[in-house]
Amino acid sequence: MKIDWAALGSVFGVSLVVTVALVGLFTLGIAGLSRRERAAEQGGSAALAVTGAYLCFAGCAAAVAYGISLIVA
Amino acid sequence: MENFSLILAIVVVTALAFDFTNGFHDTANAMATTISTGALKPKVAVAMSAALNLVGAFLSVEVANTISKGLVDETGIRPEVIFAALVGAILWNLLTWLVGLPSSSSHALMGGLIGATIASAGLGAVHGDVLVTKVLIPAIAAPLVAGIAAMLATRLSYRLGRKADGKASEKGYRAGQIASAGLVSLAHGTNDAQKTMGIITLALVAGGAVAPDSDPPVWVILTAGLAIALGTYLGGWRIIRTMGKGLTDLQPQQGFAAQTSAATVILASSHLGFSLSTTHSVSGSVMGAGLGRKGGVVRWSTATRMFVAWGLTLPAAALVGAVAEYVTGLGAWGTALVAVFLVGSSAAIWKISRREVVDHTNVNHHEEPAGVVTTAIAAVAVPPTHAAEDLSATIPAPAGESAPSTATSV
Repeated sequence: MKIDWAALGSVFGVSLVVTVALVGLFTLGIAGLSRRERAAEQGGSAALAVTGAYLCFAGCAAAVAYGISLIVA
Repeated sequence: MENFSLILAIVVVTALAFDFTNGFHDTANAMATTISTGALKPKVAVAMSAALNLVGAFLSVEVANTISKGLVDETGIRPEVIFAALVGAILWNLLTWLVGLPSSSSHALMGGLIGATIASAGLGAVHGDVLVTKVLIPAIAAPLVAGIAAMLATRLSYRLGRKADGKASEKGYRAGQIASAGLVSLAHGTNDAQKTMGIITLALVAGGAVAPDSDPPVWVILTAGLAIALGTYLGGWRIIRTMGKGLTDLQPQQGFAAQTSAATVILASSHLGFSLSTTHSVSGSVMGAGLGRKGGVVRWSTATRMFVAWGLTLPAAALVGAVAEYVTGLGAWGTALVAVFLVGSSAAIWKISRREVVDHTNVNHHEEPAGVVTTAIAAVAVPPTHAAEDLSATIPAPAGESAPSTATSV
């Protein structure tokens, strides 16, 4: 009986890193958007935070696109 | 000629019925967290999942030629064996749906195949080592991998998102959950609809209706996709409730972390060559997300029942599959008897389910259902033992008998 520990290990590693990275990125994006919300209430703007937020979301969107390409392939 | 086309027709219809229960059973995987956190209305969620399942069925051209994953010797398999395997899988899917427990449809199918093959060709035709590497190890690994990833992601999300509040974060998490749930649905459509296509094709090859090694005919792809989508749309609300509300209470951040972890694990595992069950991954990630929030609780009694059901899936489906194969072996009337039994017990299970209706209106109300459901749970998952693996040798008999006994009690 041969258990493919290497494959299992890489599934574990990849899943862990990708999940944490994606969720982290997304949360940063959301934090950026809520900063804009707060800034808007006080009449200011938060251009940097908003740009960062959209960059984060773009990263997430890229990950989703990659996921779809994996499913289709 | 006429004889084989009849059994083939039966197999095709049964395979589509299995496909239906598969979609029905697994809606929870994609949509339970989305529904319980309120990101999508229940009906909208299942409709979206159904559409993506249908799309998924057409996406991949890779033929599901490894339905049994080398578990049993596929050469010389007869349509009757496939029929018996499907009967075992369908009954187990319906029974676990009745008690609202998520369990792997693939394991049920593999169990049915193992049982039917043993009854037909003896123990030698089952590859025991494949059973361990492709079934047992993944069943333990999937919830651990997905759970740990979801737990860490949830922690991180709460830490980074302390200042995230208001409309923006609400909308954001909603979009995130919808996207990751969509990915799970799509992956499910490609994987599980393909499985049914593979079975039907295998049966067609076994019956001599199509040439060996041919791709599934278009009508097979179409009907399999439609069956799984219809099942998904009708929604296994009982299982959705267990997964979304029963295991733990999810907030949007947790729902997002759980669903993202599940989607990642499913995609990573199927592309790195260590296939993990969708159901096990999602259940694990939901529990992980529950543990990741400060003050979050996992209801271990529900989780234990679920683990016991996982342990029983394979032996129970195998037992039913074996008995079904034995009876079909008695002749054409045996096959008819099994078909009647399948329809009868399915109807009985559906009838029992009507006593305690769970649908889109009450899917988010979590009260431990009493009465018949509890007794049914008791019949399936007797003691909350830790030796779930050891139980497989002794418990199948009562579990297998509980199907007929509930059938007669109506």
